[in-house]
Amino acid sequence: MQAAETLQVLPWYVAGPLIGLFVPVLLLVGNRMFGVSGNLRHMCAATLPTRAEFFRYDWRGVGGWNLAFAVGVLLGGVIVGLLTPDGARVALSPAAVQSLASLGIQDTAGLVPVELFNWQMLFTVRGALTMVGGGLLIGFGTSYAGGCTSGHAITGLADFQLPSLVAVIGFFAGGLFSTWVLLPLLLGAAG
Amino acid sequence: MATIAEQVGVPRSDTRTGDTVQALAVYLTLGTLFGSILMKAEVVSWFRVQEMFRFQSPHMYLTIVSAIVTAAVSLQVIRRLGIRTVSGDPIIVPPKEMGRGMRYAVGGTMFGLGWGLVGACPAPLFALFGSGISVFAVVILSALTGTWFYGVLRPRLPH
Repeated sequence: MQAAETLQVLPWYVAGPLIGLFVPVLLLVGNRMFGVSGNLRHMCAATLPTRAEFFRYDWRGVGGWNLAFAVGVLLGGVIVGLLTPDGARVALSPAAVQSLASLGIQDTAGLVPVELFNWQMLFTVRGALTMVGGGLLIGFGTSYAGGCTSGHAITGLADFQLPSLVAVIGFFAGGLFSTWVLLPLLLGAAG
Repeated sequence: MATIAEQVGVPRSDTRTGDTVQALAVYLTLGTLFGSILMKAEVVSWFRVQEMFRFQSPHMYLTIVSAIVTAAVSLQVIRRLGIRTVSGDPIIVPPKEMGRGMRYAVGGTMFGLGWGLVGACPAPLFALFGSGISVFAVVILSALTGTWFYGVLRPRLPH
């Protein structure tokens, strides 16, 4: 593997502190709490006609800044995506490459396994359960918990909020179960 | 509260209580930086998330923990020095309501199940779609559907 093919440019000790700085910067700029999952709620409130109380609020006032931030995140993906050569791969540990290979994931190029995340796979059981099922769980779960990795794991834990600790323990419990039980089942299943 | 835009005489946008166009541009720029950092640090990678949940590399843990430590130190500095926002307002970090804690335990676990499968939390979903993985449009639409289900079922769920 050539150096030019690896994606990693920012080491953790640069990326982590930079990510953490979004908490004070957003507070200083406009008293905004760093978090991304609220956008799912704002998008529903902005587009779907519904009587549900949860979506009846001034989404522009409450969530306008957050939606602009989310569009920015998407743009960041566009920009770095364009600057990244095709076929570039993350510098995975050999142990992870081996574990994934044993699950049938041979191709570790790109940011997601192309064997699993593509349009054709949507019409298979494993693809639909992973992409649609996973998406539904992310949307339902973050809205129920009132936050995701940014809102609870970073903002909430940094502020020593007990509810966020409960949420983050849940994040990891769920993630471990999916990684060790659900994914091997799905990837091993026919279709 | 007078925003910077009002102080310098720029008219507010036509949104009712929304931010000015200038303020939204600031948030858009910050979001772009955030998305770029997530991409560059490989935090958006499905492979990295799998590696994390398999305890096969400290990369994600070190990234997340150093982010939390940086944010925690920043919040302490803001509190101790009484630092205000750029428009002079006191900075407020509202505490989250624990209630019965059900929403955090159950909702958190549901999100974790999705995180493990999709290998992305909400911000990476947007970044991955932006990076050209078009099928993530379906994942985002599914997440919106999940949010809508929650909104409809909310009155009947324990919190």
